[in-house]
Amino acid sequence: MEPFLDVRGLTRRYGGVAALDDCSVDLARGQVTGLIGPNGAGKTTLLNALTGLAKPDAGTVTFEGEDVTGLAAHRMAAKGVVRSFQIVRELGSLTVFETLLIAPPHQAGETLAGALLARPKWWAQERANAAEARRLLERVGLIKLADQPSGMLSGGQKKLLEVARALLMQPKLILLDEPGAGVSPPLREEIIRLVRELKAEGLSFGIVEHDMHLVEEVCDRVHVLAQGRALVSGTFAEATADPRVVDAYLGVAA
Amino acid sequence: MISYLVTVVIFVAIAALVGLALNLQWGLAGLVNFGVSGFVALGAYAVAITAPHVGWLAAMAFAALMCAGLSMLLSLLTIRLEENYLAIVTIGFGEIVRILLLNEGWLTGGALGISGIPRPFAGMTPAGWGDGVILVFAVVLVTAAFAFSEALVRSPFGRVLRAVRDDPTVTAALGKPVLALRVRAFAVGGAIMGLAGALHAFFLTYIDPSQFTPIITAYAFMAVIAGGRGSNLGLILGAGSIMLILEATRFLKDIIPWIDGVQLSALRLGMIGVGIVLMLILRPQGLVAEPKRRYGEFFPKDAAGPAPNRALAEGGKA
Repeated sequence: MEPFLDVRGLTRRYGGVAALDDCSVDLARGQVTGLIGPNGAGKTTLLNALTGLAKPDAGTVTFEGEDVTGLAAHRMAAKGVVRSFQIVRELGSLTVFETLLIAPPHQAGETLAGALLARPKWWAQERANAAEARRLLERVGLIKLADQPSGMLSGGQKKLLEVARALLMQPKLILLDEPGAGVSPPLREEIIRLVRELKAEGLSFGIVEHDMHLVEEVCDRVHVLAQGRALVSGTFAEATADPRVVDAYLGVAA
Repeated sequence: MISYLVTVVIFVAIAALVGLALNLQWGLAGLVNFGVSGFVALGAYAVAITAPHVGWLAAMAFAALMCAGLSMLLSLLTIRLEENYLAIVTIGFGEIVRILLLNEGWLTGGALGISGIPRPFAGMTPAGWGDGVILVFAVVLVTAAFAFSEALVRSPFGRVLRAVRDDPTVTAALGKPVLALRVRAFAVGGAIMGLAGALHAFFLTYIDPSQFTPIITAYAFMAVIAGGRGSNLGLILGAGSIMLILEATRFLKDIIPWIDGVQLSALRLGMIGVGIVLMLILRPQGLVAEPKRRYGEFFPKDAAGPAPNRALAEGGKA
């Protein structure tokens, strides 16, 4: 079987620092893949390079057999690779409901000519999207907050909103950057439950996370990154048992 | 007195057109444009130069298209730069336009300007009705621009522009072509500014470079801030009240004897400034909050609907 998302020899330098240094990982279809590692290992840079926010200096990214290296952010989203942000970046002046309505791709009313000339068409889309948005708001428990500005939600609620928004983008692969960071424990359980449910529905995930409890709970496989490279790959138990991983996190005793 | 009132209404109409344009560019899409006066001047000169040869309608279309094209190029030039650089580039653009108009005398008449600009429907207007015709023309133009802007603001296009304004990176990650959206918003705004310049030229029938000072830009920003970013209704109210304050305070010198004309004109601008500052402190969302798509529009009878939070949702936007 061809790999779902395959990263080969990816390198990205910032000045003299190689945030990603010949990094090779792969994400499997229908699985939850964890990307863990100490601070500065290149996890977020890897996510940025996979979603068009950082152009790789070398290496290739293949998604569903197609070379997507260095594709612009909106093109990657169109391919079905959707992400969340480590520090939630909400669209502050949009309401929770609008944040979801904006997510679906191919909206006729989002072009200049379409907005003016294709009103019946985009209204029909808008109604369909609204029904979908409502279903998702109910699912993540934010329905009561639909007309609130999204900037007024709590950290955990914003993460849930981000996941709901990602789901409306017709994704194939969702990349979550620290979904558990800054989230209250009950909402973290909510996120774990949601990821598991969605996986059962056939979605694939890549998750960057420091919370090992969350990683253990949801990830089928993990890649441990250190200094811009993939160090160890395997199940969570295998990875954490590897002495190199302990060294990477704690430093090698001199 | 009647002709004075007509003049005030036309000036409000021009300010409203410029404001609607800036509200699209800056209010909605977050693109700062400090070269507003340059685009208005270009629109006015385009009409003044071409209208005697091709008629008013074609001249206006030409003015709008030229300003749209230049806006497009300008926004493309600055696209690799940080947002603030667009402000600097547009200031430069405004200055370039002013200096070109002043020095390319073979085309623009230099400091003497261009006179005898033919008004729309001039041939069919009975004597003495000139003011009435241009008044109706101005009102129709503003109404059309308002309806056009309102259709954009309330469409998914307007919503995605607000998202670009809030955070372009996130909007790109949502699969939206941020660059194309910005260029379009800037071009449409430029076209409306060109039309405002055309109205200016038609009304005065005489233009020179001194009529297009950066104060036009300042008034446009004041109108957008006072009215509320992203709200066209607020913009009309904002532009209207600023022009009203400016004009009404002309008569202060009849009431307060110890004030002279120079002091008064300085004081009037000062008053607007204080007004804007108070506005930003007391009502930062402006006179009218920008329109948002409500849950209730789709599910009016939904018990789970968030109707009780409405006041909070509207008051909370800073």
